[in-house]
Amino acid sequence: MALEFSAETLKKFEATVARYPKKEAAMLPVLYLAQQEFGHLGPEAIAYIAKLMDQAPARVHGVVSFYTMYNTKPIGRHHIQVCRTLPCALRGAERVTDFLKKKLGIEPGQTTADGRFTLSEVECLASCGTAPMMQVNDDYYENLTEEKINGILDGMK
Amino acid sequence: MEKLLLRNIGVAASHTLATYQSRGGYAPWRKVVENMKPEQLIEEVKASGLRGRGGAGFPTGMKWSFVPKDSPKAKYLVCNADESEPGTFKDRLLIEQDPHAIVEGTLIAAFAIQSHTAFIYIRGEMVFGATRLEEAVAEAYQAGFIGKNIFGSGYDLELIVHRGAGAYICGEETALLSSLEGGRGWPKVKPPFPATHGLFGCPTVVNNVETLAALPWILERGAAAYAAMGTEKSKGTKLFSVSGHIARPGVYEVEMGYPFKKFLEEDCGGVPGGKKLKGVIPGGGSMPVLRPEEIEKVNLDYESVQAAGSLLGSGGVIVMDETTCMVRAAWNIARFYAHESCGQCSPCREGCHWMEKLFHRIEHGEGQQSDLDLILNISGNIMGNTICPFGDAAAMPAAAFIKKYRDEFEAHIAEKRCTVRG
Repeated sequence: MALEFSAETLKKFEATVARYPKKEAAMLPVLYLAQQEFGHLGPEAIAYIAKLMDQAPARVHGVVSFYTMYNTKPIGRHHIQVCRTLPCALRGAERVTDFLKKKLGIEPGQTTADGRFTLSEVECLASCGTAPMMQVNDDYYENLTEEKINGILDGMK
Repeated sequence: MEKLLLRNIGVAASHTLATYQSRGGYAPWRKVVENMKPEQLIEEVKASGLRGRGGAGFPTGMKWSFVPKDSPKAKYLVCNADESEPGTFKDRLLIEQDPHAIVEGTLIAAFAIQSHTAFIYIRGEMVFGATRLEEAVAEAYQAGFIGKNIFGSGYDLELIVHRGAGAYICGEETALLSSLEGGRGWPKVKPPFPATHGLFGCPTVVNNVETLAALPWILERGAAAYAAMGTEKSKGTKLFSVSGHIARPGVYEVEMGYPFKKFLEEDCGGVPGGKKLKGVIPGGGSMPVLRPEEIEKVNLDYESVQAAGSLLGSGGVIVMDETTCMVRAAWNIARFYAHESCGQCSPCREGCHWMEKLFHRIEHGEGQQSDLDLILNISGNIMGNTICPFGDAAAMPAAAFIKKYRDEFEAHIAEKRCTVRG
């Protein structure tokens, strides 16, 4: 079954494209719409977006693969992204990652078997003053301690 | 020192139009639209001495003046909210807590170059920040500050908040424009400069969040008031993001020229736990580290930090105490640049990954003494040989860590382990 936007998302797509001086400039927000609708941006999603945007699938794939926030494969419901860059590393980021590896039983880049969590290490999130920290889906969690991490994750289904 | 960039921070509901306006917000914008000509506005900002706060420090008024006034093409103004330089979090504070200052600054800058379409390009990870900006923009539209025929002047301006999707390189202005055009964030060769050939080949100015946020105050109080602060060549105030081994991390507004050592020890509380300072990066992860003795006479302004062999950059101050393994710190930064290289230029694409591998093997006890000069050699071959300054940003810190802490690197290699942390 071919992927396509719902009627409602198609309206959002058209409204998004209308904001930009050229259709091609809407690529990034359109890819976000697609990721939200389809879960991830695999070959079928990319082929569909390519048609909508009048571009070659190879070009769309080139854009998708360049940016870290587009997922070409499915990930867990909660994407835990631990900042690993120097200021966070100076304040214990590696211990946070080690703690999460043990707690979840996965390595960075992997997803728990129940599909609940994916663990990633990411680069500077502009939260260096409240390090160590992590981003889970859209939200930042700062000044982390093991206790806080447990409190945050245990509540996430 | 009177705060201007941080004047609204800490005020309840500072992000709302009601609060922002009650504190004088958008009066400068009205003054600009109703009473000023673009040329006047450009001269005023030139006179203030305001320099770009993203990292390059280019004079803002001068950058605006490069836009050809009579070009028949559309003109674009872009606010660079892609803050991703390691150790930098000052723009995020303004985005989340004083978004209207950024919106108003963006409008003022757009008027200066007579742009009718402006963008705020915000890094994708800052979802909350994007929401705050979208809400502020919606409020400003509703109040008639943005849109068609603003204040009945005949001037039209649209403002679009545009989210990135995760790429440090998109903070470089030409890469940002490539991304805004809907493509991979690939930097472009300069010249031509965005002022003449920017977004879709049209005249474009890209300004940093902090630069734009200073404009309402400058227009309200006048260029002379801004220029009265700071030093001869570094006017005004700057936000510093302080992190690492420091008692009071956070964002500080400092008058340019303020002594660096005093700032760290008094304003930021110094290195905690009775530990000694080992090194400090003054301007974000791309800048050379300075040893404690090197900052004795350094002041927080562009010229003084440059004279000390580093750069003020984004003002991302990363503090490292005596427990820090400089080899591991260098590897961490090298890994960052290897990850973030866009891949266009061979010296950067290959060089960054090569340096990361070398630092990694040194750190993990498998280095050779010849690795150090090899890294310096690679660094030297990247510098100046790339399309954009990213290459330099990767090369400079790698060389600096080795030059400043060579003994430690040699010991780490000889003993096949960290000699600092044991």
